[in-house]
Amino acid sequence: MSSIILKTAVRYLLPILLLFSIFLLLRGHHLPGGGFVGGLVASIAFVLHSFAHGTENTLKLLKYNPIRFIAMGLLLAACSMFIPILWGYPPMTALWVDRMIPVVGSIGTALFFDIGVYIVVVGAVLNILFTISLHSH
Amino acid sequence: MIDNHILATVLIQLFTAILQLVFWQKTLTQRILSVLGSTLAVCFSIELFSKVFTGETLVMNAAGWQAPFGIVFVADLFSSTLVVLTSLAGLAISLFSCVGISKPRLDYGYFPVFHFLIMGLTGAFLTGDIFNLYVWFEVIIIASFVLMTLGGRKTQLEGSVKYMALNILASTFFLTGIALLYGLTGTLNMADLAVKIREIDNPYLIEFAAIFFLLGFGTKSAIFPLYYWLPSSYHTPPSAVAATFGGLLTKVGVYAMFRVFTLIIPPSQFMQNILLFLAALTVLTGIFGMVNKRNIRKLFSYLIICHIGFMIGGLALFTKTAFLGGITYLIHDIIVKTNLFLVAGLMSFMRGSANYDNLGGLYKDYPKISLIIAVVLFSLVGVPPLSGFWPKIYLFGASLDANAYLFFCALILGSFFTLSVVIKLWSEAFWKEPKNREKLVDKFTVLPSKKKVFLILPIGLLAGISLMIGLNIEFVIQVADRISDELLDSSSYIQTVLK
Amino acid sequence: MELVLVVLIGILYATGIFLILRRSMVKLLLGIALLGNGTNILIFLLGNIVKGSPPIIGENVNILREIYADPVPQALILTAIVISFGLTAFAIVLLHRVYAFLDSDDLDDLNTPDEDI
Repeated sequence: MSSIILKTAVRYLLPILLLFSIFLLLRGHHLPGGGFVGGLVASIAFVLHSFAHGTENTLKLLKYNPIRFIAMGLLLAACSMFIPILWGYPPMTALWVDRMIPVVGSIGTALFFDIGVYIVVVGAVLNILFTISLHSH
Repeated sequence: MIDNHILATVLIQLFTAILQLVFWQKTLTQRILSVLGSTLAVCFSIELFSKVFTGETLVMNAAGWQAPFGIVFVADLFSSTLVVLTSLAGLAISLFSCVGISKPRLDYGYFPVFHFLIMGLTGAFLTGDIFNLYVWFEVIIIASFVLMTLGGRKTQLEGSVKYMALNILASTFFLTGIALLYGLTGTLNMADLAVKIREIDNPYLIEFAAIFFLLGFGTKSAIFPLYYWLPSSYHTPPSAVAATFGGLLTKVGVYAMFRVFTLIIPPSQFMQNILLFLAALTVLTGIFGMVNKRNIRKLFSYLIICHIGFMIGGLALFTKTAFLGGITYLIHDIIVKTNLFLVAGLMSFMRGSANYDNLGGLYKDYPKISLIIAVVLFSLVGVPPLSGFWPKIYLFGASLDANAYLFFCALILGSFFTLSVVIKLWSEAFWKEPKNREKLVDKFTVLPSKKKVFLILPIGLLAGISLMIGLNIEFVIQVADRISDELLDSSSYIQTVLK
Repeated sequence: MELVLVVLIGILYATGIFLILRRSMVKLLLGIALLGNGTNILIFLLGNIVKGSPPIIGENVNILREIYADPVPQALILTAIVISFGLTAFAIVLLHRVYAFLDSDDLDDLNTPDEDI
């Protein structure tokens, strides 16, 4: 699996794909995109890295076990789902900050929910694929 | 009435699971979190129940979207009663799991998945949207797949393949039914569906959708022709997992059937006859399966099937008395079936096996614990002051009123054979002198007393609840009475949701 | 268009059920996946297919003026697809483990007489 072409390509593709996934994540409120798609693109970037450099190296690059990603993402998503209760709104109501922020756009609970989904998807997909690939060797 | 806090129990289970994921492989922290979370969930579920019991049906529109358009969560008396029972059973199983589940399983995330499962159950009881019900069902089955395979012994994996294949198939049938209903009415909200279904003048199309729901929920609750996955898989996972499955998973199928066939699609005479016939046959197959089993966990698997028939029969007769019987039985059954598998786990702890050949002499060695187990077994059989007696009286009465003699005979036979297998169990496991005493592996006596408490406390807790149900039967029947009224006349449910 | 979809659903259901009834575990998995896809298309079909614009209300209007596509079936299908993705991934890992234990693809070999637990 160690092809020099793939390795060189991955060196450029990994940051580009990650940037693209963040772009998809941020435009997801009103336009096609969002946390799920963004997360899938980001996990594809890591899967590509694991093809080129082996699963163990990708795990080193990630620093944390994919399970941690799932935990953190779920925590973020669940918090942003239930925080509106504190203001007396039903759960999952989208609360927005009035002022727009450059690049990111408007900030609200929906954005944090999307970020949570993004992290969960990355964690879950990598967890599944790495489990399969580590078992089959 | 709008109340934004009805999802509190779901929220607690969710956060317990997430925190346990954060503390991945720190098993002591996970155990503490699990017991704490389950206790909190019990408190909040009782609060929800008392709010609904003293007040009225509570509704929450997710994200503030009005009823037919958004997803609603509805806590009527039926849902909130089941939420309380689920939380209680969850607490007992979580206590039992602290000692009953081995370290490797805990390292692979037993506890978080368990809490996701309980979250799915609570969500399924509370939702008021049929597609949302499907999603909760999927949460439940994915979590149950993981619990079933965790640990990965050979028999366990084999059981899981059958369990997985048939449950996915059941979900597909359920989804097909939803698709047909959406095509007919253009809505997914249960209350709105109830209104719009009654405006459709082609009863055959609705019947067709109802058959799909029957197939889906029937597989999940293991009724007669669709039950094969249950006895071939429920005896394989550890007892704590089997207790979750036996006590709660099949009952969510029964709940869904009650909900769909009363609120959305009231069964025609044809459907009632089919349901009644299937219920009688379910009881009979349960009997045929259980009479010759010498492994107590297999025996209990068939007992589940047998008693599912009682509840489905209560639904099929479709009279108030029958509902009263069916729902009281459901309340009693959740507690008792959970407890039965915990008892089976405790017994195999004491003797190293769940087979009659290796069991015996338990009464001599553990007289006090045997007394607690006796309470469980007596309430399973339905000895008068205990919980199993009262619902059967109502079911007998209802089936005689409706001239449903096949179901009546099945009920009599089912009760009789339950008694006979329990007597056999008692004499084989408690009174019989074990064959070769020196070969017994008693893992229980060697446990430190702190761990013994964790194994006995949940069984005592659930046995106490069975006792309470039996002694406070007036209260339980009052609750079941109101639930049957709500089920038979869904107009107040519809009005509260669609207001 | 509807007719094509109806035929397609029929084919997917039929092949799915046929494959589930086979003895091979891989075919069981494929059958479940095909059946799931058939159901998804059924939802799509029953949500009334129209040639219309996306159901997004423009900035200066209050209601949709043109014929629009019903967004609910698409949301349902998306949810169902994500769920079946997770289920299929789990099923593949499970069947792979079972295959490693049994060294056989035959569902009839799944009946190890249980030694009692």
